[in-house]
Amino acid sequence: MPNTQHLKDLTTQVRRDILRMVHKVNSGHPGGSLGCAEFFVTLYNEIMDRNEGFDMDGIGEDLFFLSNGHISPVYYSVLARSGYFPVDELNTFRLINSRLQGHPTTHEGLPGIRIASGSLGQGMSVAIGAAQAKKLNKDSHLIYSLHGDGELQEGQNWEAIMYASAKKVDNLIATVDLNGKQIDGATDDVLAMGDVKAKFEAFDWVVVEIKEGNDIDAILKGMAEAKSKTGQGKPVCVLLETMMGNGVDFMMHTHAWHGKAPNDEQLASALEQNPETLGDY
Amino acid sequence: MKTYTFTEKKDTRSGFGAGLAELGRTNPNVVALCADLVGSLKMDKFIEENPERFFQVGIAEANMMGIAAGLTIGGKIPFTGTFANFSTGRVYDQIRQSIAYSGKNVKICASHAGLTLGEDGATHQILEDIGLMKMLPGMVVINPCDYNQTKAATLAIAEHNGPVYLRFGRPSVPIFTPADQKFEIGKAIKMTEGTDVTIVATGHLVWEALEASKALFEEGISAEVINIHTIKPLDEEAILKSVAKTECVVTAEEHNYLGGLGESVSRVLTLNNPAPQEFVATNDTFGESGTPAQLMEKYGLNSAAIIKKAKAVIARK
Repeated sequence: MPNTQHLKDLTTQVRRDILRMVHKVNSGHPGGSLGCAEFFVTLYNEIMDRNEGFDMDGIGEDLFFLSNGHISPVYYSVLARSGYFPVDELNTFRLINSRLQGHPTTHEGLPGIRIASGSLGQGMSVAIGAAQAKKLNKDSHLIYSLHGDGELQEGQNWEAIMYASAKKVDNLIATVDLNGKQIDGATDDVLAMGDVKAKFEAFDWVVVEIKEGNDIDAILKGMAEAKSKTGQGKPVCVLLETMMGNGVDFMMHTHAWHGKAPNDEQLASALEQNPETLGDY
Repeated sequence: MKTYTFTEKKDTRSGFGAGLAELGRTNPNVVALCADLVGSLKMDKFIEENPERFFQVGIAEANMMGIAAGLTIGGKIPFTGTFANFSTGRVYDQIRQSIAYSGKNVKICASHAGLTLGEDGATHQILEDIGLMKMLPGMVVINPCDYNQTKAATLAIAEHNGPVYLRFGRPSVPIFTPADQKFEIGKAIKMTEGTDVTIVATGHLVWEALEASKALFEEGISAEVINIHTIKPLDEEAILKSVAKTECVVTAEEHNYLGGLGESVSRVLTLNNPAPQEFVATNDTFGESGTPAQLMEKYGLNSAAIIKKAKAVIARK
């Protein structure tokens, strides 16, 4: 059994990173980042089989692709705290001449990033390509990807979802962050997507549900199950139900913090709710 | 004056197909993707010989571009195949973010470019693709002139690390460049020596430029024809050297004058050696149905049009 206390401490620290990063530049996307903090921490520390250092081709290791690139704060924090680049560099988020662009990119050579994302709906196709490259290379490692639920409104996803099952891309675990919210409000109000599980199943994917997507034990269990379903001729989808803004009381139960930074007072309150664990950058 | 003849006509897309088949045999990292146009793109041989390295994506070009970007992660060199319209405008943001901005080693191979696609009409006849693709930072843009050059270009781009747009066409056109040519990306080819006018042509218009130069020679006008197979990066030196001598230029392309080769040449001249220029290109218009020859005549993209523009530009010196 992994040391979940350590993962919990790390998650708290990642939350502080996210809040401080977006506060400093008064921009960025804290809501979705906070909602996925437990997932990223668990994925990078317990689930993925990663090599030391960074190599673009990623032969002989599991790879991760972030499709909803706007939650870059959580991605950057977890990458830094997984050793891909110095934690101090989080200080440069969204600043001029930084490798930590508003949305993740390979353009500035930031270790850990393998594709630019931000314009939504493209990551699943990229993840499928990387998965098929792994098969050609006879590399048995897996491809993980993360997508927003609102992002599923982009049609390219459904091209990719259709393709992945038709071509038996069974070394892919695509996770959808079901937080039920997007910029303009609840996904149900903006463009209701109905039964996402039924849709993936209709496209012949295996679906694993993680109802408590902010609970590390639930994530560990759900992702282990997802992993056990790979290699059986079907792509695997994880529906991760999360709370946008998780861990900061005034950021939860609302879509207001999708792309808004806290002010000084709000930051102080948010940090008080998440005391320093492993040390601020 | 050096003249060119031909014994055979073939489509440039078949040059791509032959090049891809050869790459299948020589480069194990080359993979191919197609969006339901295998026959049109002449990809059959590659597929027959390398079924495991071919990905049929169906009618889903956006997904194809993303998969191609992903395949590079793991060292593959993907060649995507569909019509030029569906290779560019339809998937511009996918190319922009997942391929160009991400610096991925994808070869976007686009057939049926321009008016010479013919009877299918304007929905399929893209005349804006060169502009779209040359505007993307880091994108190499290549538009070869005949079967042999298209085959050579296909082989060459596999050796170039970075995104490439390779544009070719549907109709049978004269083969007039050598079968064994070495294709150098970004290196213009001087086809004829001349002193009165420079004709800078790309793609199907290179043959038309050579025909024009023959007719002009008979009228006592000496034209220097430059084959610009690479529109980006442009061989500025070759253009400037020629125009220093002729003091005027005609650019010829199967593309809108907005955003095409002609505008790239204009920029080079404006910055270095302002000289009169005339454009053989479509005039900010869509195409229509018709035979390739009818369309090229109606839209002013043949040797007759080049001759007319050559005389006009000489008169402006």
